[in-house]
Amino acid sequence: MPKYNLNINGKPRSIEASADTPLLWILRDHLDMVGTKFGCGIAQCGACTVHVDGNAARSCSLPVASAEGKEITTIEGLSEDGSHPVQKAWKEVDVPQCGYCQSGQIMTASAFLKQNKNPSDAEIKNAMNGNICRCAAYNRIQKAVEIAAGNMG
Amino acid sequence: MSTTAASITFSRRNFLRTSSLASGGLLIGFNLFTACKSDVKPPIDLADLNYNDFNAFIKIAKNGAVTIFSPNPEIGQGVKTAMPMIIAEELGVAWDKVLVEQGVLDTENYTRQVAGGSQSIRFGWDALRQTGATARQMLVNAAAAKWGVDASELSVSEGVITNAAGETLGYGDVVDEAAKLEVPEEVTLKEPKDYKIIGTDQVNVDIDKIITGKPLFGLDYKVDGMVYAAVLRPPAFGQELESYDATEAKAMPGVIDVIKIGKKAKVLLGKEEVNWTAQLVPSEKVVVIAKTTWEAFKAKKVIKAQWKNASTLESTDYQDKKLNGLLDGNEFTTLREDGDVDKAFANADTVLERTYESPFLPHSCMEPMNFFANVTDKKIQLVGPIQTPEDAANTVAELLGRDVKDIHLEMTRQGGGFGRRLYGDFVYEVAEISDTIRKPVKMVSSREDDMTTGVYRPAIKYRIKAAIKNGKLTGYQLKEAAINGNMYGLIPNFFPAGAVENYRVDVANYESNITTGAWRAPYTNFLAYAEQAFFDEIAETMEVDKVQLRLDLLEKVKGTTDERIQYDPERMQAVLKLAVDKSGWGKAPEGTYQGVVAYYCHNSHVAEVADVQIENGMPVVKKVTCVVDCGIVINPLGAKNQIVGGVIDGVGHAMYGQFGFKDGVPTSTNYDTYRLIRMKEAPLVDAYMIQNELSPTGLGEPTLPPAGGAVANALKAATGKRIYKQPFMEDPDFWRVENKEILG
Ligand code: FES
Ligand code: FES
Repeated sequence: MPKYNLNINGKPRSIEASADTPLLWILRDHLDMVGTKFGCGIAQCGACTVHVDGNAARSCSLPVASAEGKEITTIEGLSEDGSHPVQKAWKEVDVPQCGYCQSGQIMTASAFLKQNKNPSDAEIKNAMNGNICRCAAYNRIQKAVEIAAGNMG
Repeated sequence: MSTTAASITFSRRNFLRTSSLASGGLLIGFNLFTACKSDVKPPIDLADLNYNDFNAFIKIAKNGAVTIFSPNPEIGQGVKTAMPMIIAEELGVAWDKVLVEQGVLDTENYTRQVAGGSQSIRFGWDALRQTGATARQMLVNAAAAKWGVDASELSVSEGVITNAAGETLGYGDVVDEAAKLEVPEEVTLKEPKDYKIIGTDQVNVDIDKIITGKPLFGLDYKVDGMVYAAVLRPPAFGQELESYDATEAKAMPGVIDVIKIGKKAKVLLGKEEVNWTAQLVPSEKVVVIAKTTWEAFKAKKVIKAQWKNASTLESTDYQDKKLNGLLDGNEFTTLREDGDVDKAFANADTVLERTYESPFLPHSCMEPMNFFANVTDKKIQLVGPIQTPEDAANTVAELLGRDVKDIHLEMTRQGGGFGRRLYGDFVYEVAEISDTIRKPVKMVSSREDDMTTGVYRPAIKYRIKAAIKNGKLTGYQLKEAAINGNMYGLIPNFFPAGAVENYRVDVANYESNITTGAWRAPYTNFLAYAEQAFFDEIAETMEVDKVQLRLDLLEKVKGTTDERIQYDPERMQAVLKLAVDKSGWGKAPEGTYQGVVAYYCHNSHVAEVADVQIENGMPVVKKVTCVVDCGIVINPLGAKNQIVGGVIDGVGHAMYGQFGFKDGVPTSTNYDTYRLIRMKEAPLVDAYMIQNELSPTGLGEPTLPPAGGAVANALKAATGKRIYKQPFMEDPDFWRVENKEILG
């Protein structure tokens, strides 16, 4: 099986897997980094969102072969201790219900806020629209993104 | 009707026992829902915690730290935070000094360790308070003995006991003595006005783990040497496995084996009368065992399986005809009958009749079904997300011909339940897989597996008829046509039962091979829309105000002696009035159109007002005002999350949830073909809770059902169109408002 050299949360990781293995399963099954979640497998729900070179990406639809040479950040690498402004806002607002979708939500929000420091209501809705929350914590997600934007700005 | 929560003295001590721990400290074992046997003792070693007779424990260590082993499954409804809050309140400790650990199921005699029906808090309320209060009293008694004073001279605050002279002892200083004392015969509970923790906003106890991506869920569970299983189930309901060829699959990278399961399950569960368990295991299944999830998923796709038709392959139009046949026929069971409905209709000036239709719905839990099993000769370890652990353990024991005492079942946090994880089909599957391969194994469903081999909310139709005479509602008849069962329990006695003199509820159903089951707020999740939309039409026909019609009907229920009527007309009027007030009902700005509902289910009273606006020629739900009376609110921060989530979920499924069948095969397979509500469509929910001192009731479900009705009524106000079928947005052209000027 081919070998791939990945850069995950600033650390080099070497993986043996078939070329089409999605990054999601490399993280979860090969590297035991289970913060990145499996929701749909077809880039529809956002549960598996990670950062690839700073942009939000769906790890369920990113083959390991094309992840080589890129800087990958997962929820485990967003901060050491939950101190990223987005994580703090999530706690302040008490966003989660079941919590399953939330690492994907946090990764989408943190990539978005890096690019848009002062988003409008509509821009937040647009940015977060790709992430399904089955528990429908959408009102609190909106509020947490607003708070995080304020603290990051 | 309602019990008050004022200070009560309890003398029933037989649901809890105490012991001292070998490591020092006090252990209290208690049973949330039933009495304990007279001879049982809690263990003296924490490693021996078992839940045979106690389904929860509190440990108070020598350093004063309090650990609560909370047994109820957490599916996102917040009980893992709320239940311990109740104990901490009566125990008299600071909330942030309390640690909460998920309990483990280890038993055959376990009662009500179930997350379903919004009942965890409702049933646990008394037992949790008594346990906390008893522990506090024992600690105080120990301190009193130490100081040689009367216990009544001592006061307690945040885990510190103070005597009249101002000397203090921490709980930890007296735990060992307290452990040796008799359990007091009587304890007094706090007055609600003295609550320090109950009623305060507390963040979810797992928040830090959730936001940093720590392993919490079933899908995250892993042990050394664990392999993964993907299960190939029949593509159509009504089909069975005939044969399969796994040559290609076995040659795929990472594949360890391909096996067949289901024979035992079929024999065992087929014996039972037709119910969900029997339906869930109608066929043998092919299972790929692989080193990783992805490799298992991939290999599953290349298995060549032959399926044979075993029973009718149903399509949506077939189901439609069946349900219509039931409504038009006369094979009904009457669940409630008051007065003479037929006479009321014969004498009516006007008869109004409408039929409402809803589709099947999948649960779509964000975390797909999965479970871990490790079956060895010595024991059976089961780990994962399940809402009914006791049932799962018993069924696995029977399935594998093992003693239930061999089973050790551990619950993880659950990525949503909504009723799906009440059904343990995936637990039986993984147990059989591990029993066959004798390895620790995790069964993982793909989203497609989850959506196409589900346990669905069945399609239902309601036909409702009203008799109006001399400007009064004189008769009301509700007919339900459903699949694999009908409304149950007290639902036929919900509002407007008791408010209309001549009233009847008739139900009928047919048996289908499609697996159906509970879905967040069973039956009422659709019934509420049908009835509340119908009330609006009654008001329009009678030319009376929509709110006034409901208030007047409720007025008639006051003072009822009918025990089956569990809703409280005054509480329902109160939520409706507050919703009217908070939403600005009747005073909406131009361009905003409102719909109002009031509903009772899961022991809670709810009123909602939806605001709809027209944007780009299409109606959009902008806001929902929701008022809930669920008695005392333990954790308002968590409660609001439930209220808001329930409303948006209700709006989402009423607007977009569409699921059908073609020759037994589901027509949606994943989130690209099944639409869930997203950020942009989610209305702002303005939530209010009535403040009172009544016993707490459910919150996980009751705000969902009324939402569909509020939206339907607002859509009518905005567009002049009435819709009788969910999902409302199935045909967007139906709603297109070409000429905005004709509105308002
Ligand atoms: S799991 Fe990747 S988008 Fe759903
Ligand atoms: S919190 Fe449950 S899916 Fe978002």
